[in-house]
Amino acid sequence: MSYVLSLEDIRPRHRRLVGGKGFSLAVMAQNGLNVPTTLAVTTRAYERFVAATGLKGRIQLELRRKDFKDLRWEEMWDASLRLRHLFLNTPLPADLGAVLKDALGPLLPERCVVRSSAPGEDSPQASFAGLHASFVNVVGLDAVLEHIKLVWASLWSDAALLYRRELGLEVRKSAMAVLIQEMVAGDKSGVVFGENPQDPGQMVIEAVYGLNQGLVDGTVEPDRWLLDRETGRILEYRAAPKREILLPGEEGVRLAGLSPEQLHTPPLTAAEVLQVFHLARRGEALFGAPQDMEWTFAGGRLVVLQSRPITTAARGREGDQRPWYLSLRRSFGNLKALRRKVEEELLPAMDREAGRLAALDLTALSDAGLQEEIVLRSTSYRRWHKVYWDDFIPLAHGIRLFGMVYNDAVKPEDPYEFLNLLGAAGLLSVRRNRLLLDMAARVRERPEVLEEIRTGRVTDPGLQPVWQAFLREFGDLACGTSTCTLDPEALANLIREMAATPSRGERLTETEVESLTERFLSRFGGPKRAEMAEYLDLGRASFRLRDDDNLHLGKIKAQFLKAVEEYQRRGRDLRALPPEVQALWRELTEPPRPGQGETGWQGFSRFRARQLVGQPASPGLARGPARVVREASELFHFRAGDVLVCDAVDPGMTFVAPLAGGIVERRGGMLIHGSIIAREYGIPCVTGVPQATSLIHPGDPVTVDGYLGIVIIG
Amino acid sequence: MVQELLSGQRLAVLATLMSDQHGRPYSNLIAFAATEDLKEIIFATSRATRKFRNLAADPRVSLLVDNRSNQETDFGEASAVTVLGTAGEVSGPEREARLQLFLTKHPYLEEFATAPTCALIRVQVEKYIMVTRFQEVREISPAP
Repeated sequence: MSYVLSLEDIRPRHRRLVGGKGFSLAVMAQNGLNVPTTLAVTTRAYERFVAATGLKGRIQLELRRKDFKDLRWEEMWDASLRLRHLFLNTPLPADLGAVLKDALGPLLPERCVVRSSAPGEDSPQASFAGLHASFVNVVGLDAVLEHIKLVWASLWSDAALLYRRELGLEVRKSAMAVLIQEMVAGDKSGVVFGENPQDPGQMVIEAVYGLNQGLVDGTVEPDRWLLDRETGRILEYRAAPKREILLPGEEGVRLAGLSPEQLHTPPLTAAEVLQVFHLARRGEALFGAPQDMEWTFAGGRLVVLQSRPITTAARGREGDQRPWYLSLRRSFGNLKALRRKVEEELLPAMDREAGRLAALDLTALSDAGLQEEIVLRSTSYRRWHKVYWDDFIPLAHGIRLFGMVYNDAVKPEDPYEFLNLLGAAGLLSVRRNRLLLDMAARVRERPEVLEEIRTGRVTDPGLQPVWQAFLREFGDLACGTSTCTLDPEALANLIREMAATPSRGERLTETEVESLTERFLSRFGGPKRAEMAEYLDLGRASFRLRDDDNLHLGKIKAQFLKAVEEYQRRGRDLRALPPEVQALWRELTEPPRPGQGETGWQGFSRFRARQLVGQPASPGLARGPARVVREASELFHFRAGDVLVCDAVDPGMTFVAPLAGGIVERRGGMLIHGSIIAREYGIPCVTGVPQATSLIHPGDPVTVDGYLGIVIIG
Repeated sequence: MVQELLSGQRLAVLATLMSDQHGRPYSNLIAFAATEDLKEIIFATSRATRKFRNLAADPRVSLLVDNRSNQETDFGEASAVTVLGTAGEVSGPEREARLQLFLTKHPYLEEFATAPTCALIRVQVEKYIMVTRFQEVREISPAP
């Protein structure tokens, strides 16, 4: 069994064992090109690992919970996070560990690059660069073994799952090879495309100062040369606005500023450009097709880091949303900049706009003026809705980034333990619930004040301040859903129900969160602690925004709805409005259609679901009657102990959470609002249950198993 | 899906009750065939067997049919159906059609099924309980 092969040992028959990258490095090494010293950990090692530890079965279980076609992108994130966690927390079987240590130990370079090399990944038909993980500057045998597991896990990265069909990803057959290379700390690096996809007569070279990683993951923008493919003559040169350089740190990499001289000098001289040109020609001759090569100059020596055929196949078809999903995987630097933009520009602008709209007296407008205002508001909503997708949603990745950093450092049993540190207590929706619960507490003391809420005339000194605060901040309670009139009657019902149940507090107080935070940070010393604190800070901001942004957007939406309601109040026909405005109104007010129920067959007409599978989103076990919520008004009939069954919990709905015995949601994911709020109150929750609102009927007794992610009906 | 399973699989686990031992459960493998409308499941057994004695005394039975392949992938890919029903010997004019149904699926069992000691048993299905993906469960009952 060959678990490890050196480049000299690799023969054509080993191609699948060492993956595309490993194989092409071997070909280059055996033909006299400069490549880094490389050891290939073959796919056999992966296979041994997943077979001996039972991981293979667990991957299967994780991925077969439901049909891939029903899996949302957030659920793919979750699945790959859980799988990554499994790989990380599963020790190498003793025999495999010993073989790897014996084979790698004596030959291990001081600083390593640990790279993925998936079989079939770099075939000419499909190039999927960047779907799998690679790690730069890994020091020491133990760290290398750890990173081998992370590269293995990246076979099941969310990005890879998105392209599972193209990759032919299958639990039974798929495997991953890993390359352990000496890290070449080049002073300038880049890529060369042997043939410009836009112009077959040209070759493209891109170069940066420092490590190549900066260019490949998009952190550092490269200078760019277009060459004549035949002669190597430079046709065009474009300098990038250079600022930064990626350098090896003690471990991993760090960004630094460029020296004043570097700022104004291209990374490559004309002679070096020509050297890269000849390298590309050589690669093309060797492999029989133009190559896409990564290279670096170290001490004047040109070294090839990898080579693969050029493809354009990975480009998406029309309507393919996957490139957008992939764009969500942003770097720390990128997310920090995005956070500034969101917090300092977008949110304040959005709030100003909502405030301005709210201040306008709609009743004073003429009919024509009102119509104009409605059109204006629909455009405003559409504009902010786009901002929501383009800027707010991508910021959510900050949560995951922190989760990954946390799991790598702490290796907790629960891969979602990191959520505890994010401090849900600060969320708007939790603050709103706190005010509601405070009012309920007062009603518990003095039941007669409920009447004051019912009539909307609150005078009780114990209730008044909370009532005022509530109206000020959240007076448009139902606005996040479908209508905008605060119905005191409905609110009173809600508070009565809350008063009648023992109060359900938030799971973690702010002091507890603080002490958890300190415990986490105290694991690190020096600059590492500061770095971790930054990741946590970004994670918290993303988390807050993930929940709050909907409430902010809800305020703009409320203003649109309010204007249309005024229009209807005047007895005007909605059909007189422009079609796109009517469409928006329908989109915002019509309840989502429940999914198609399965029908019986051949006389066996009575069909019912008895146990449904989703994913465990908040631990615990609850049993209660199903409250199937298809539209917002049903929320106000919510009784304590009901199990909330819905298509998707939006933050506008979470005010019933403190009353719910359990939560079942069609939409899946660990970081969706339903899951967040359920964890905050310690309510058992299962999300990602296909057709939940049609398979579960109102009043059905249901059991929610938040440990296993199953819902039992009846 | 139930249909696919019942026509694709040759063997089922049959559970009967041992009335002489306070109803202790007893299970064994049988070759079976299902009618097209899925309302009946047919199998054959010698009248001398333990299972025959069991169901003669208590006709309540349960069957399990599944398509596992004894691999880890079963947890995601295998499905199983549990049948609840009542068993009884088929006799009279219906017997020939049921026997043909059974033998079409199991031609190699002709000698066995036509032996004088062999009884043809029909299970009248009351309910199917289908399990997929390890723990997704649904119930299918005949129309009333």
